[in-house]
Amino acid sequence: MKRVNAVVVGAGAAGGIVAKELSVAGLSVVLLERGKWYTAYDCRKDDLRNQRTTVLGNAFGPEDEGNPRVWVDARGVLHTVLPSEGSYQNDAACVGGGTLSYGAQAWRYLPQDFRMRSTYGAPAGSSLEDWPISYDDLERFYEKAEYEIGISGDYSGTTFHGPRKRPLPMPPLPPGREFAILEPAAKRLGLHPFHIPMARNSVPYNGRGPCMRCRWCVGFACEVDAKNGSQNTVIPIALNTGNCELRTECMASEILTDDRGRARGVSYFDERGRLQEQLSDLVVVSGCATESARLLLNSKSRLFPDGLGNRHDQVGRHLQGHHYTGAVGYFDFDTYDDVGPGATIAITDYNHGTPGLCGGGMLANEFIRLPIHTIDRLPAKTPSWGLGHKQAMRDWHKRTIVIMGPTQQIPTADGRVTLDPTVRDKWGLPVVRLSGNVHPHTFEIGEVQARRAEAWLKEAGAIDTSLMSYKAELVSAGQHQAGTCRMGNDPQSSVVDRNCRIHDVDNVFVIDSSVHVTNGGFNPVLTIMAIAYYASDALVRNWKGTGFRS
Amino acid sequence: MLMCRKAGLPTRRQFVAAGVLGSAAMAIGCAPGKGGNWEFLSEDQARTLAAICDQIVPADDFPSASQAGVLTFIDRQLVRHFRRYQDAYRSGLEQAQAMSRKQFGQDLDLLSQQQQLEIVSNLSEQNSPFFELVRGHTLEGYYGSPRHGGNRDAVSWRMLGLPEPPPLGRAQYDLRKGSPS
Repeated sequence: MKRVNAVVVGAGAAGGIVAKELSVAGLSVVLLERGKWYTAYDCRKDDLRNQRTTVLGNAFGPEDEGNPRVWVDARGVLHTVLPSEGSYQNDAACVGGGTLSYGAQAWRYLPQDFRMRSTYGAPAGSSLEDWPISYDDLERFYEKAEYEIGISGDYSGTTFHGPRKRPLPMPPLPPGREFAILEPAAKRLGLHPFHIPMARNSVPYNGRGPCMRCRWCVGFACEVDAKNGSQNTVIPIALNTGNCELRTECMASEILTDDRGRARGVSYFDERGRLQEQLSDLVVVSGCATESARLLLNSKSRLFPDGLGNRHDQVGRHLQGHHYTGAVGYFDFDTYDDVGPGATIAITDYNHGTPGLCGGGMLANEFIRLPIHTIDRLPAKTPSWGLGHKQAMRDWHKRTIVIMGPTQQIPTADGRVTLDPTVRDKWGLPVVRLSGNVHPHTFEIGEVQARRAEAWLKEAGAIDTSLMSYKAELVSAGQHQAGTCRMGNDPQSSVVDRNCRIHDVDNVFVIDSSVHVTNGGFNPVLTIMAIAYYASDALVRNWKGTGFRS
Repeated sequence: MLMCRKAGLPTRRQFVAAGVLGSAAMAIGCAPGKGGNWEFLSEDQARTLAAICDQIVPADDFPSASQAGVLTFIDRQLVRHFRRYQDAYRSGLEQAQAMSRKQFGQDLDLLSQQQQLEIVSNLSEQNSPFFELVRGHTLEGYYGSPRHGGNRDAVSWRMLGLPEPPPLGRAQYDLRKGSPS
């Protein structure tokens, strides 16, 4: 197999961008993806089998067969779990990764989100830390992501956002009924509601048409290809350069190293299960927080007995996602207009600045509800079955609004990914073991956020509400997983440097949400994309033939 | 297309029906080894399960769970995605039946609606993991996609006032123009 300049592992939000940036710059790239390449025509609208409701499995990978993980609960009991179970903390396995089927909220983090320790101090038992880079370092890469991927929305209703040089490239979709109900209520409360930035075409953009406003959005692929992910933006550009080869259904098993401790390529199982070696000048790991950590930990050698980049036992630590809380409001009039994507309005007033709380989070109305989602979101006294439940489904399905948001998590060193010593996947590779808990201060913030959501709903006229606030007994990761290969200046307390290069291996990079020091109070994808552009830029600038400028 | 694992070749009548009515008819045409209409359930188990499901979603102006095909949904998945719950269903149905015989001296499906409600309420109040499982599967089958055998003819979606197919679906959208046509 021909040697190439770069192997990129994982064709998701970050890997797709890295492959595009490198191949456009003239590097030869092999992009490995363990899943398949689905298109808009594979978008079967199945509310029991998609990436969000997995009663009958994940539509976009991984399959339940042969892809187990192990979860350690609060009492130390081990559970072998399947990808369709919540405690697995799945994202996706396909070209595009999570961006094929996500809701596509495309947020910039706020400047304070990169300086959490300086802003608040670290709560006891936490590993809250500052990033080694700032919002200003990322600003032009946020903008690049907004324009290349294609983001619609309008920030003009709020001042609670970081400095920006250009508006979003597309206007927001016309507001739905929930927007019309919630906007004046938020303003009466002195808040600053605005149109959610979305990686979704509101007008023709990038050669594809606009959103058709169907009710099947988050969790599904888009049947008219109006939702923008790496699979329909950057990856096609990478392939069109002629410098990038995408190999699907190829599972990376190990980063290969030489006697001097430099990477020499990646071994992987191809679509027929044969072990292959792809030699390269550099390796970029973009498998998302859980799987990137697993690949590094599975890359053991004489020089790296505990895994690549893991000399100081940092790989896999600080795993975090978001703690979602909010409230359901019940109204005595129809709030449902059957117009997608549903989520339209947000506030960022509460992300920072509440005395006694280390951060907060964005609050937004939820994506359009399918009947399957209403089953367990009925008013508190509703019977959970029987005629009363059936009647409540009729009474409330069109008369509820959900407001919720991603509470910024307080990371801990104990929330982590390790390798399970006994359980193997279908390729025989040790699987991810998830352990640790969410820091208790996260729950305190989440509770306050839920009450704020409730207040907004009441102001909007809700005649009844129920809080969605809880104390999860498991580490949080899921589709917003982050933090396992922390970015930092100190090699003893981080895995990669400010340019996403592993501290002690100069030709291996981790470029995805793994490097997030903290995860903001927002859906993380635009930050993942901005970091991918930022790190690719540094990589290309330092690239010289088959190595790096010293 | 769902396959009949145990059915062997369809009869001519079934074949014709499948051709006319598509996969739903094909599934009804599946004749498992036990000689009934189910892939996993025995006829006895199916009757017991139907009684429980029809308390979870009873008939009113709209169909009950079993009338909307929920049994087909659960039975199909018990040899597919719900395989890991086979034992839970076997023993759970047996216990429900035992409870019915002990309390009322009869099989669950032969009891009056009121008596069935009493048995199912008992299961629910005992926080039986089996009941929670059936409750979830029944509601998922009833309110989920019709393609899996439950929610026949999208009956629950119509009940909730959702137009089916949705007004802005693929049929109404011109992919070439990129706009609703």
